[in-house]
Amino acid sequence: MISIRNVRKSFDEKQVLNGIDLEVPLGETLVILGRSGCGKSVLLKIIAGLLSIDGGEVWVDGTEITKLKRKQMNQIRRKIGMLFQSAALFDSMSVAENIAFMLDQHTDLSQQEMRKVVDEKLKLVDLDGVQELRPAQLSGGMRKRVGLARALAFNPEIILYDEPTTGLDPVTCNEINELIRDLNKKLQVTSVVVTHDMHSAFSVGTLMVMLHEGKKLAYGTPESMINEDNPILQQFILFGAPDQILNIDEPTLRKYIGRSTE
Amino acid sequence: MTPPSSTPAPSNGLAFLLKNRLYHTLSEVGDAFRLLAETIFQIFRPPLQFDLLMKQLLFVGFNSLSVVLVSGFFTGMVLGVQGYVQLKPYAVEGSVAQFVSVSVVKELGPMITAFVLSGRIGASITAELSTMKVTEQIDALEVMGTNPVKYLVVPRFLACSFMLPTLTIFSTFAGIFGGYVAVVTLFGFNGDFYILQVQQHLFIGSVFISLIKATSFGMAIAAVGCYKGFSISSAGGAEGVGTATTGSAVISLITILVLDFFLNHILFNLLGLS
Ligand SMILES: Nc1ncnc2c1ncn2[C@@H]1O[C@H](COP(=O)(O)OP(=O)(O)O)[C@@H](O)[C@H]1O
Ligand SMILES: [Mg+2]
Repeated sequence: MISIRNVRKSFDEKQVLNGIDLEVPLGETLVILGRSGCGKSVLLKIIAGLLSIDGGEVWVDGTEITKLKRKQMNQIRRKIGMLFQSAALFDSMSVAENIAFMLDQHTDLSQQEMRKVVDEKLKLVDLDGVQELRPAQLSGGMRKRVGLARALAFNPEIILYDEPTTGLDPVTCNEINELIRDLNKKLQVTSVVVTHDMHSAFSVGTLMVMLHEGKKLAYGTPESMINEDNPILQQFILFGAPDQILNIDEPTLRKYIGRSTE
Repeated sequence: MTPPSSTPAPSNGLAFLLKNRLYHTLSEVGDAFRLLAETIFQIFRPPLQFDLLMKQLLFVGFNSLSVVLVSGFFTGMVLGVQGYVQLKPYAVEGSVAQFVSVSVVKELGPMITAFVLSGRIGASITAELSTMKVTEQIDALEVMGTNPVKYLVVPRFLACSFMLPTLTIFSTFAGIFGGYVAVVTLFGFNGDFYILQVQQHLFIGSVFISLIKATSFGMAIAAVGCYKGFSISSAGGAEGVGTATTGSAVISLITILVLDFFLNHILFNLLGLS
């Protein structure tokens, strides 16, 4: 569904992505791991066609998107829903107007029909009765949910999540994780999730990739990531992961966690 | 581990710095004109969203009407007093109404209105758009298949281009009235004579000049405001928004003054209007 080939991207002199290859097959959820500033958001924005690249190819649903004209790109974008790190709700609009934005811009649906979609999407993210509120009146968790409802409004085939749980309390985090997992099951979408949160990563991911210094450090299923013999990756997983989701009896892990019995 | 975010520029003295600065400024001007071209292109691409335009027209118009009226009125008063005092030694203080009305119509009406709007509207456009940029709202628009230039810039550009001449008419009348109040109350000038003189010297050509200038100033304010809003780095944060906003007001003031000079040259010297 999404295929990234040898993508390079730099800002001014600074190389952010230095030859990244990635595959996200239909229906899978890829989790992108990596330290702050390593280019995770940049990669997500490249997939959404928001940033140009310096080299390589990006295929979305069978189309190479990096050289598309805006009009053709917009056709692809109708299949993409994106939840931004800051939720990026439009301050000047109510929650309902935010969620109905794409419908309002690209369809001839009546106000009533749009209302119906808004209510339905809000139910999907477990919110109700906030339709007329302004984004500024919402809590962080609610904003993320509304952002997600907006991303779902056009029934996307691909959903991109930029740090969906960062800055939320543990309970809300967990709710959002469940939401993402549920959506992927219910809607059969292909997803890419950027996160630092190991709990989130292991609870939603079916595939994982770790970026480090512009390169792909490791890529595979969650199980294979745990078994990967790479100190940077293991530190990343271990410092963030609660013991419960890791198999502490795993020899590789034991080595890095410093609880080796040998 | 992370490479330094920017390598310090090799400084080979003042000439190098100036060259660098000039290059930077020119490339910014180029980008601003590219945004302007894209805006004009998008104006003629249907559909035009009238609800967005209406909102901006009201915002620009209502927000500034009272300030424009007050500024125009006091400018007229100052002109009336200065004109009367300066003309008196030559015993031509009778022409003060002509002096006030011609200055206000051709220069100060459009200029005062533009100054007020560059501080109020231009700066607020920059603040709004740059905030949208750093909070990823512009990216969100783009991802949802909406062109930010068409959605955000076009209505603001049209509203400023239309509202500036409209408000200029108000400030011009306020200015002429301010002059009237000043000379009639302070110097006992004959009010009927003042009005007669204004009528005799208010040519359609002058009104045309005034409106052309005002429209150009409106375009400049919107273009600078939008460009400064969009050009903020998305990593700029709240500090970036502040810098962009003050920068916008200053740059549009300078743009208005420069534009005024060239418009005067084109309209008076090349086209022979007066
Ligand atoms: N629009 C931009 N202009 C300049 N530099 C940028 C821009 N976007 C991101 N960067 C830089 O690219 C690097 C990666 O950023 P990002 O992808 O946001 O990191 P993260 O992995 O934390 O999401 C950062 O060092 C950031 O400063
Ligand atoms: Mg990020």
